[in-house]
Formats: sequence, structure tokens, C-alpha cells
Amino acid sequence: MPQDLQRGAMADLVIARGGAAPDLRLLESAREPPWAGHSAHHATGEIYELIKRHKTALVFVNTRGQAESIFQELWRANDDALAIALHHGSLDVAQRRKVEAAMAAGGLRAVVCTSSLDLGIDWGDVDLVINVGAPKGVSRLLQRIGRANHRMEKPSQGVLVPANRFEVLECAAALAAVADDVQDTPAARTGALEVLAQHILGCACGEPFLADDLYTEVNSAAPYAGLARADYDAALDFVATGGYALKAYERFAKIRQSADGRWRVTHPMIAQRYRMNVGTIVEADMLKVRLVRSRASKMIARGGRILGEVEEYFIETLVPGDTFVFAGEILKYEALVEDEVYVSRAASEDPKVPAYEGGRFPLSTCLAQRVRGIISDRDHWRVLPDPVRRWLEIQEWRSRIPRPRLLLVETFPRAGRHYMVSYPFEGRLAHQTLGMLLTRRLERARLRPLGFVASEYALAVWGLGDMTRSLEHGELSLAQLFDQDMLGDDLEAWLAESALMKRTFRNCAVIAGLIERRFPGKEKSRREVTVSTDLVYDVLRRHQGDHLLLRAARADAAAGLLDIKRLGEMLSRVKGHIVHKALDRVSPLAVPVLLEIGRESVYGEAAEELLAQAEATLVREAMG
Amino acid sequence: MREPSGAEIAVAGVGFVADSGGALYWPEQGLLIIADLHLEKGSSFASRGVLLPPYDTAATLARIARLTARYLPRAVIALGDSFHDHDGPGRMAASDGAALAALQHGRDWIWIAGNHDPDPSSRIGGRFADVLTASALTFRHQPTGAQGEIAGHLHPLARVNAGDRTFRRRCFASDGTRLVMPAFGAYAGGLNVRHRAFSKVFGTPAFTAHMLGAGRIYSLAASSCLGD
Repeated sequence: MPQDLQRGAMADLVIARGGAAPDLRLLESAREPPWAGHSAHHATGEIYELIKRHKTALVFVNTRGQAESIFQELWRANDDALAIALHHGSLDVAQRRKVEAAMAAGGLRAVVCTSSLDLGIDWGDVDLVINVGAPKGVSRLLQRIGRANHRMEKPSQGVLVPANRFEVLECAAALAAVADDVQDTPAARTGALEVLAQHILGCACGEPFLADDLYTEVNSAAPYAGLARADYDAALDFVATGGYALKAYERFAKIRQSADGRWRVTHPMIAQRYRMNVGTIVEADMLKVRLVRSRASKMIARGGRILGEVEEYFIETLVPGDTFVFAGEILKYEALVEDEVYVSRAASEDPKVPAYEGGRFPLSTCLAQRVRGIISDRDHWRVLPDPVRRWLEIQEWRSRIPRPRLLLVETFPRAGRHYMVSYPFEGRLAHQTLGMLLTRRLERARLRPLGFVASEYALAVWGLGDMTRSLEHGELSLAQLFDQDMLGDDLEAWLAESALMKRTFRNCAVIAGLIERRFPGKEKSRREVTVSTDLVYDVLRRHQGDHLLLRAARADAAAGLLDIKRLGEMLSRVKGHIVHKALDRVSPLAVPVLLEIGRESVYGEAAEELLAQAEATLVREAMG
Repeated sequence: MREPSGAEIAVAGVGFVADSGGALYWPEQGLLIIADLHLEKGSSFASRGVLLPPYDTAATLARIARLTARYLPRAVIALGDSFHDHDGPGRMAASDGAALAALQHGRDWIWIAGNHDPDPSSRIGGRFADVLTASALTFRHQPTGAQGEIAGHLHPLARVNAGDRTFRRRCFASDGTRLVMPAFGAYAGGLNVRHRAFSKVFGTPAFTAHMLGAGRIYSLAASSCLGD
């Protein structure tokens, strides 16, 4: 039973004494860290040596794709036939349990894993944790390191293996933060409206409630302390009849007030469907991966065992015959049969590795600040590996080093294009949003931008217009370009059309209960019972722009994928502190972000242009 | 002079304009053809507990209005599945009913029977037919692959790789002898043109997908489009 919670009453705080400080170090690889990329293949040999010298090691990575890749590399180097296993969230549950059991029994020398192993499981004799790639946040790192050596008084052993030059700085910052006993402090979130909607329906499924009572109760939860009654009523209206200005659905209401004023579900089926779909984590549509024997002919009669699941969008990029690494094997995509991906074992030189959406957290503000500090203080460079220190020294000589309160913006020509590279250090998401908005402004300034790419610490925009010249002639002003007003109309206009918003809207629609993913009874083909949320989004935008779901999606996008708050704070921080360096060539600090151009898909929304190009290409191919 | 918003395509020797808004126009006859309107799909889903925004009918009718304003057709053919289900007309809002009547005013309006349509006694104006023929052409809902046939029902959709991204767009599917219309309804889904239902209609995978773009049509060989 909820206790009587007074506004401002705090829970008791218990402060525990920490155990021994962790024994953490940075791996200095014999080979130079690469300029870009996340594979850490340059350090495979050293990672393998570490595994040999310990009883059981955990090799943590950030994404499932990296897990598969490193697992492959370690096995290629596995001359001593050590027992090395793989564990990540897309693998079949049975497989994961096997690995966990083998771990607990002390039968494995190493497990390559993602955060699927982060929480809660006790790990026998792990005496080393290797974290490959940037830790992204101090708290996450500490939690992973804590997996080693479950004794309070003995230090946990950890090694950080940066995958590229910039990650060396991130890792150095993380080490310093751990030594200072600092944790990340993510900003408190305002309670989401779509979650509120799900909760209201859930309450109605449990026990009939009075609107006023539920509002008071919801209000007593910190994230919803600021929830206006009007918004609560809108959520209630949404749950009941969809929240539409056009009152068309009274007779289809999912919940209704009875004579005593209490709200209850109108049909037990509603409660049944609620229970099947409850939850606030919406993953990408997943398809089961089933191993089959390869057949030359079209028909594959029966499938073998399930290896795990992959995101539907990844399979959409494949053509039958393509190969990819999954569950530690190289597989060939045979066919898509209903909701399953049929694959066969293949020996291939160049497989595509699944790239997963999960695990794409940006650099935390705490770490970003520390990295800025490390870069701007020459004394700190002493602890960095030689190649990285040289990199910074040459940057200082050719251009300048970004200082904590300054925003450095470099412009330079390269291969017939003009580049503008800025270094905000606010994480990839905020930089992508900034890139979208800057490109729009540069477009209006007739500088013909072609695209942009964002990394954790930098943003590179390129185009046909000479930005150096425009800046020098006063036609373009950096102060105006980076003004906070970009978060007004420019942002609204872009948001309305963006694919990101549609994805966010879909998530909101699922969580709020507008769209259900699971249905009772026989599993119908998904297509028969679902409607494209993109179509719903378009119609809703045009006819009821202030609908609850649109507002919820907007708030989610701002906090989540677009990181607007963080971007806004950065723009405010650098106002009046922007420094321009006109260079005649690419600067050392810009190299890693420019190297991302090939790897990541460029963010331009010029869909029509791309379609026209596709048509032209295909015509050329057809006409020879 | 009107800006072009479509492509000229011929079916069985007859010249049409495939409008990027998803309709086919026969200039010589002043005939506008739209298919698979699926009006009241939103309320149909709502009756089954999925409370989709009830604006799809209004949105679809508004798009038809833009087309009738553009082409001022003498007649309009709604090529089947005009309502998502049998009881659709009864659930239609009064304002939408009025908008529909306004579209029908002063012109011929033909409802071709689809698999979901209401029976002819409903008060939705126009006249009803199972099939319509005009010179060498036959207009029906479900395609049989006959020569000179213009049909709907399949909701053709093309998936194309362009750069690093994949695009999905509704399209007209045609080999010059017969044609399958894109679905017009605001909530109407799509079936990939690589699905064998299409090669059955054309007797071959060799037909063209005329994709709906923003103000223009993109024509690609269906065989060069991606499957699902």
C-alpha cells in the first residue's frame, strides 16, 4: 500500500563504505591505435595474451556486431584452443544459458559479451574484465569492472582497450574519473505521456478507479510531480476513445465510467490484450534466425534449430546469398519464410556483420567534460600513449587545441569540397541534430551543403560553397550559424518530416497502446492486422497536430535520439566563445570524423534526389 | 499552364497520365481512376479495439478533391475496395458524406465492386458496376491479367536501394498491356511488386514499377526492385 507521501519527503539514505579501489589500466598496444573504427582488431594479440594469463576473463564490448567481430578474431588467434564463448542479447536463450552455466562451473577462459551480461548474474572465478571500446560512461564502466573478483577487499582487475585514437582520450578520462570516485549524473527525466497512458489502462484492468484519486497518486511520483491535470485528462481521454478532437469513437471506448464514477475496462478482451503487450521497451522488429541445409533449388522443406534473432531492418539490407557473422559462425542468407530467416553455414571471406541498433549510447556529459579537460591541458598529455600525444601536438601546431569553454570551428578545402568541422564534444546524437540544422542554414546561405557526419566529439559538414571565404568576407557569421534559435522553426520544420520522428512516434504508439504487437489466439500474419504507423503519423500530423502521441513523440525525440536539451545547453555555453581557424588542409583532429564518412550513412534527407539517381543508374545499367 | 505532376504511360495503346498523387487520368475521355480508397479503415480498426485517428476518410477525400480540381474530370471511377468494410458508409461522418457528395456533383461517379464494398443500396451517391469497359480497356477491381485490363486490389509497392538507404513507395505496375493501380487510401498498406502475385498477373516478372514521388513519377523495372 502506498504510504502517505508528503511532497518533498525523502527516503532514508544508507551510505556504505566502498571496497578496495579497482585496479584499472589502459592497454597500450604495440600497434598504433587506428584513426577511426570500432573493431579493435589491432589489439587482438594483446587481448589474447591477457586471456591466457588469467583464469577467466570477460571481454565487454558495446554492440552485438562488435561482439561477433572480436569473437571471430580471437578464434583466428586461438592457437592454444582456449575455451572462448560468445554471449549477447540476440543469441537464442538456450545458447545463452549454456554459456552462463559453463561460466559458473569454471569451464570457460573467456566470454566475449555485451551488456546482456552487465546485470545481476554472479560469475564464479572471473579475475579480469577487459572493456573494448569506449566505456561511454563512468557508472557503466564501474559496473562492468565490478564483475571481476567478487571480494570487497581485493581490487577488481580491469583493462581498457580503446579501438581508435579518440577512444584513447575517452578511456583516459574514464580512468581519471574512476580514480576521483566520480559517477555519471544523468539528468532527471520528466515522466513520459505514453507511459502514463499505458499505466492508466493498466489500472483500469486491475481495479476500477476514480480519476481524481489516480491523478493524485500519479502526481506523487517524482517524474510526474509536474504533470498538469489537463495532460492527465488528455491521457485518460486517449485511453478511453483515442484522444481525438473528432469524437467518433465513443461506442468503441476501451474504458468507461460507470454510475459510481469509476473507470473500468469495457471488455475482458481489452485486459487480456493489455497483459500480452505490457512493457515500455520497444525493440526493433526481430526475426528468428533458423539454420537449414543449403539447397540449390528454391524450396527448403524444413528448418533446423533457432540460432537467435536479428533486427528485421538488417535482413532488409541483404539479398539471398549474402553472408554475415552471427552466433559465432559465418552464415549465408537463404530465404525469408514467414517471420523466420533461413540461413545455412557458409565459408566466406568477406561477410557483412550485423550492425545492431542497441548499445548506441553517446558519450556521457561527465566523460565529455573530462575529455575536453584532458585535451586542453598539456600536462595531462604525458599519460597518453605516444601516437596520441603526437596527434594532439601536431593539432596544436597546425590549428589549435579546443579549450573547454570555446567552440573550435575549422574550415578547409579538400578534394573539390569545402569542409567545416566543429568540436562540441556533446556526443553523437546531439551532433547529428546539430548537423541537420546547420545544413539547413547553410543551404539558406547558398553554400550548397552536400552532407554531414557526426562523431562523439566532432561534427563535419561539407559542401560546394567556400565557407572560409564567406566567413572572411562577412557573408557568413558563426555566431548566427550556431545561434540557439536554430532550435525553433528550423528544428520544427525538420522534425515534421524526419524518419527519426516517425520511428519515435511508432515507439510511442506501441507503448501507449494504440498499436499492439501481440494478439491472442492464432498468430495472424503481422501485415493483416497492423497498419503502418508512418501513415498514421502523417494523417495525425495534418489533422490534429497537438494530439497526445505527437506531443509524447516530440518530447521523447528531444530527450532521446535528438538530445536537444544537451544541444541547447551547449549552444548556450559557447555563445560568444566561438573561434574560427581557416586552414589550407585537414587538421589532425578532424581526421577521425572525416574517416567516418565512408562508414556511416550520410544523414541528408534528399530522398527525391536519391530516387532520381537510382533511376538514372538503373537506366544506364539497362542501356549499357 | 499546369505543372506536370505525372508521367505519360500507355496501356493497350491508350494514352494515360499516371499522376504522382496516385491516380490515373485518361485525357481523351476526361476519366479519373482511383483505386482501393479503403474509406473508414480507421473506424473499422476502432471497432476492433485499435483506435486509429478517425481522419483517414477526410484525408483521402481531400486528396481526391485536389485531383478533381487539377483535372476537372467528366467522370471518376473508384476501382473497388472503396470502403474498408461493409458497414463503412454507416460510420462515415456527416462532413465526410458532404465532401463526397461535393466530389460527385456535376460528374459521373462509378463505384466498381471490390471484395470489401458495401452493397449498392447504400446512400453514397454515384452508380454501381462490377466491371466497366471502354474501347479496348476493362476496368475491374481484382486483376486477371487480361489484355487491356486496369485493376486494383494488390496495392503495389516498390522497394528501391538508393545510396545507403532503402525507399518504399506506392507505384503503378504496368507492362504496357495491363496495369495495376496503387492503393489510394490514407491507411492502405502495400504489397511488394516482387511478390509472385504480380508476376502471375503479368505472366512474367518483366513489368515496370512507376513509383509515386513528390510531384513526379520514377519508373523502374520491377525486377530491379528489392523484395521484402
